[in-house]
Amino acid sequence: MPTKVEKDSAPAIRTTGHEWDGIKEFDNPLPRWWLYVFYCTILFAFAWIVIYPAFPIWGLRGTSGWIAREAVVEQVRTAEAARAPMLDRIRKATPAQIADDPNLRAFAIAGGRTAFSNTCAGCHGAGGQGAAGGFPSLADDDWIWGGSYEAIHFTITNGIRSNESDNERQSMMPRFLADGMLTAAQVNDTAEFVLGLTGRATDQTAAERGAAVFADQCAACHGARGEGNRELGAPRLSDQVWLYGGDKASIVQSISYARGGVMPAWGKRLDPALINMLTVYVHSLGGGE
Amino acid sequence: MSNMDKPYRARADRPAGNLSAGPASLYAARRKVYPRAVAGRVRSIKWAVLIFCLAFYYIVPWLRWDRGPGMPDQAVLVDMANARLFFFWIEIWPQEIYFLAGAMILAAFALFAVSSLFGRLWCGFTCPQTVWTDLFMLVERWIEGDRNARMKLDQGPHGRAYWSRKVAKHAVWVLIAAATGGAWIMYFNDAPTIAPQLLTGQAGMEVAFFFVLFTFTTYLLAGWAREQVCTYMCPWPRFQAAMLDENSLVVTYRDWRGEPRGKAKAAGVGDCVDCYACVHVCPTGIDIRDGQQLECIGCGLCVDACDSVMGKLSRPGGLIAFETLRNLAASEAASMGIPPGPERRQAGMAARAVPRFVRPRTLLYGAALSVVAAAMVGAFLLRSTLDVAVLRDRAPLFVRLSDGGVRNAYTVKIVNKTRDGSPLALVLDAPADFRLTVQDAEGERDGRPLMARRPDGITQYRVFVTTPPMAGLPESTDVTFHLLDAHGRAVTSQRSTFLAPRT
Repeated sequence: MPTKVEKDSAPAIRTTGHEWDGIKEFDNPLPRWWLYVFYCTILFAFAWIVIYPAFPIWGLRGTSGWIAREAVVEQVRTAEAARAPMLDRIRKATPAQIADDPNLRAFAIAGGRTAFSNTCAGCHGAGGQGAAGGFPSLADDDWIWGGSYEAIHFTITNGIRSNESDNERQSMMPRFLADGMLTAAQVNDTAEFVLGLTGRATDQTAAERGAAVFADQCAACHGARGEGNRELGAPRLSDQVWLYGGDKASIVQSISYARGGVMPAWGKRLDPALINMLTVYVHSLGGGE
Repeated sequence: MSNMDKPYRARADRPAGNLSAGPASLYAARRKVYPRAVAGRVRSIKWAVLIFCLAFYYIVPWLRWDRGPGMPDQAVLVDMANARLFFFWIEIWPQEIYFLAGAMILAAFALFAVSSLFGRLWCGFTCPQTVWTDLFMLVERWIEGDRNARMKLDQGPHGRAYWSRKVAKHAVWVLIAAATGGAWIMYFNDAPTIAPQLLTGQAGMEVAFFFVLFTFTTYLLAGWAREQVCTYMCPWPRFQAAMLDENSLVVTYRDWRGEPRGKAKAAGVGDCVDCYACVHVCPTGIDIRDGQQLECIGCGLCVDACDSVMGKLSRPGGLIAFETLRNLAASEAASMGIPPGPERRQAGMAARAVPRFVRPRTLLYGAALSVVAAAMVGAFLLRSTLDVAVLRDRAPLFVRLSDGGVRNAYTVKIVNKTRDGSPLALVLDAPADFRLTVQDAEGERDGRPLMARRPDGITQYRVFVTTPPMAGLPESTDVTFHLLDAHGRAVTSQRSTFLAPRT
């Protein structure tokens, strides 16, 4: 609070009249150069507005013509140019060859990880952990269409039931109950037999009846002992990994109404180099064969 | 009345302009200070400190330290590109930057302790602003002459003599500034490589930018701004006041002995003959006889100036001295009532006591200094040069395998701060059935997967731990990874967990 403007003892300097707890404030002038520096900052701001596009007005670009977006585009272009030789080698090599070269492999896994997050993780989950409802895990050792470099590459390129490629992975399980091929009782018996493949049958007599149905209707694709067939994309039924659930209700549902997931054909969408990198990355998740 | 109780006084050469009628100007032009050369004990110490500081600054980048092939051989180097800080045998990685922070804290407490004991030693003797300003003033005196000659030169006429001196002075200043800016660059680049590049203009844009920046700031701050930096720009003197008290040594005028001022032969006057020697040598242009002032950097040149005058008058020195305000008050009280002369001098000086260096403030600063120093030394002694980090995959947390087994994936990072690149074997300490596999392993030793380690770098591996189908596998199992050297000794270990589905 201003109290009283007073004059200090000689050499006298005016106070501002402010006082806090007995501490008074001198009214000393500011150095003039400080003022000039302040003016300079104002001039600098005007110069900035003229040189750079300080206002978001369409077409107002500043005399330098510099624009952040174009700088980014330029940086991306530089980065792409720097990556080009490596990508070129990756494009020309097969995934297996890439995996054999430590440099290419490291590059492919790093690039594949990013591409995977972009294009694959939506269904297959981060790290290829898979998701309930028919999105298989890519990190386990169970492959429907094969887990070799060639098989993974083929699947990514052509997709599964994609209707987008002449070479798509194609298989169709019949809807045994819905299309009247089996009765509900037969479906139940078959399900018991399938449970028995992993030692989980609850009704032995039903399972024995189901064995005959399985041999007639299922074994052609899934194999006599449910070992599966990768040529046909028929999943193995004798292991612990169940894409659509391994409990009895899920199995009855699968037999009655069939299953069939869809994966796009990425060959049309992605650079071949990127598909090669994705192949190497997916193979490295832990299940590669 | 001691100096402490006296109101702050303005600089002697400042016009008392704002006392006249009407509001004063809000802005004042800088009054150029023309410090006179001075000789004496303090000045000699200041020269020694100046030579030491400058020599240290310019020479250190050129010191070599052999670190083996492929490594920089500069003793002190901040390698921004490779994110390494080299200090003789010490190599600091970015994640150990707390060593640098610790050193800064140590320096800060040292500064607090020194300030509370001896006043503004830092400001007056070792601050780069003071050291370089001193150097620039030395050049100025060589070229333009001492105080009176310089004042005369500036008054004119501005003929050939004027301009040739000014051009010569600024040329030398710019040269010194360039050497200063160039030396700074060398703490961040290999000195023998970058020096010729700087001289021939082949250094990159970034180097050139910082070179010009530091050259310009040196020239501006030491050549032009000088005491304005200390008075108006630097925050340190403002809060430094919090470290000083009546027991700190500060540069003071013993007014009980000097006042009243008068001619040497006049009767009834104090020792101060009002010769203005102290004012003329002051680099900030103040009159120390006005008491404690915020502009005073505590350089003590006025002590030398006054002592030489006192010597000529056959009076003892110390009219201006490094003195505590407590002693000043004691002398004043003891000498009160005694007329100016030898008795008064004697009475005043006899009342002084040895400065109290041990007091709560200095003990606290000393304690803080010791604690930080002990922590730093401890951290440094316990610092490992080989670390392993095990990062468990979070997506997926675990993988169920077709046979019913469970697999976890880990990223193992070997942080190798040594130049030793010999491979290490990875061993898993876990229940018997747990199997360890290393993706892209470098072969094996005694049946254990081998991992390469990049010298002075980080090597990363993907590692799998797999269990067979097991009943009663707990949701979480503790596992430990050990890295073994060629002799089978565990050099470093890291704990982690193995997760399994809830049963």
